[in-house]
Amino acid sequence: MVRLGLPHMNKRRIEENIFKGLMIFSTFIILSCLLLILGTIIIKGLPAMNLAMITQTPKGGYYLGKEGGILNAIIGSLYLAGGATFLAILISLPVVLYLNVYTKKGSRLVFFTRFSFDVLWGVPSIVYGAFGFTIMLFLGLRASLLGGIIAVSFLIFPIMSRAMDEVIRMIPEELLDASYALGATRLETAFKIVTRQALPGILTAVLIAFGRGIGDAASVIFTAGFTDHIPYSLFRPAATLPLAIFFQLGTPIPEVQERAYASAFILTAIILIVSVVSRILTKRFTKHVVK
Amino acid sequence: MQTKRLLKDKLASKFMLILTVFSGLVVFFIAFGLYQRSRPILAIKPLTELLFSTSWHPLRGEFGLFPFIMGTLWVTGVAVAIAIPFSLLTAIYLSEYAHKIIREWTAPLIDLLAGIPSVIYGIWGVLVIVPLIKDHIAPLWGTFSTGYSVLAAGIVLAIMVFPVIIHVTIEVFRSIPHELRDASLALGATRWQTIKHVVARKALPGIIAAIVLALSRAFGETMAVLMVAGNVAKLPSSVLDPAYPLPALIVNNYGEMLSVPLYDSALLLASLVLLLVVLFFNILSRIILIRVERRIQ
Repeated sequence: MVRLGLPHMNKRRIEENIFKGLMIFSTFIILSCLLLILGTIIIKGLPAMNLAMITQTPKGGYYLGKEGGILNAIIGSLYLAGGATFLAILISLPVVLYLNVYTKKGSRLVFFTRFSFDVLWGVPSIVYGAFGFTIMLFLGLRASLLGGIIAVSFLIFPIMSRAMDEVIRMIPEELLDASYALGATRLETAFKIVTRQALPGILTAVLIAFGRGIGDAASVIFTAGFTDHIPYSLFRPAATLPLAIFFQLGTPIPEVQERAYASAFILTAIILIVSVVSRILTKRFTKHVVK
Repeated sequence: MQTKRLLKDKLASKFMLILTVFSGLVVFFIAFGLYQRSRPILAIKPLTELLFSTSWHPLRGEFGLFPFIMGTLWVTGVAVAIAIPFSLLTAIYLSEYAHKIIREWTAPLIDLLAGIPSVIYGIWGVLVIVPLIKDHIAPLWGTFSTGYSVLAAGIVLAIMVFPVIIHVTIEVFRSIPHELRDASLALGATRWQTIKHVVARKALPGIIAAIVLALSRAFGETMAVLMVAGNVAKLPSSVLDPAYPLPALIVNNYGEMLSVPLYDSALLLASLVLLLVVLFFNILSRIILIRVERRIQ
């Protein structure tokens, strides 16, 4: 409490209060940025929403303001992020289990792998896009759903691995020892004991990665292409929500820009749902966990 | 039966080892892949010309990346300058002052800030920050700006890197033993004095690492910056000028890059430069953080 004018008041206390005030102010500013962003997207996006946006693909002249919706981008993004998340699980889960069950504590391999994931986490998504593009040139692929899935899985697997690793690391050594004492192999311990114990954390890691994958634009712009159709094969181009937002905002026509706001609202809603679901899942699945 | 299980364990072990080593080496694969593709242009042009020439005319075969590198540096500099005071003060507040309930409420919100896609930041920048600069900030300085500027990109990026600095700083502060604080408080120091002279001094390398990490995040951020920076390939001379950052260059030209000779090579060289700079910052900050962790243990 500020006690102005009392004899306790001295330079130290003034400084204390000034800085405390600045800190509360900063925290307030940062949290209001979040509210301001969400608020702007809702206020601009909600009035522009209609059923056609989420049930139709773009019809002729859509980008000139004629009718249609962005179902192509919604489905494309779900396919793409879903496929990439699946691929990333196939890599992350074995790697993280290996790091925590098979290797000795303090091994060089563990240190190096964790370090490498941390560094990969910081690599910008445009670089993954460019790398995905070089892979596609190498394999002779054109811009396609598959190309996008490959690029995005490279982008999200370090995030997923690191998040899984954080949880699996916390599992008490005794639980593993108990499993070995019953005669289980390391493989059985890894997949039947460790995975179950860490299930809430693993699901959260998967959802974080999915959320990151569905929102990323820079990695898919070279690799997945863009189309007005819903992709029916891995080798066809796929539209994605972030790119749909970007392209629609870039047109000079106000009606189409309105649709960019509505698309932004849809993407934000998906991100919020994923975030809330991951919190609920974490709570619910915790009941199988040995405390 | 028994041998079958053991065999399975052995096989799985080998397979997982290969997968682990492979995934640990991904960063090298990326660097190698990009290097391979940028070789054609490196073979005929000296690297110094590519990096320090201001002449960007792909059709004439001139690929000077300097304006774009400077664009990125301006934008990153402004972003980090804005982000440092706000996020450090917030991190100190949350780790040293705030009540447990406040901490539990703000943590998911800051996570959410980190989880918002960059294209959403971009659209928000276009809707709020760009008009703000055009109508209020630029007239305040007595100049004209379209609003699409270094400052707009810097503000949007600053908000994007808040969570990075806050997270890392809180982690570092948390790792500092409580006894240190207690000792200082027992000597009659105020909380702020304790933070200033004891905690922050101990945490300084970690704070630097957090800032460097934010720097590298800002350096490579693409979509949001692309949408608000204005994208004019000229060296900016003030924060109200437009800039053309490196990542924006890569995205904007992917359409033409296969039809002009060496264009794709130049753009992949730009990605390689981006990767190497970010790797340098990242590795530096991770090494500092590992040192901090070890020293405290």
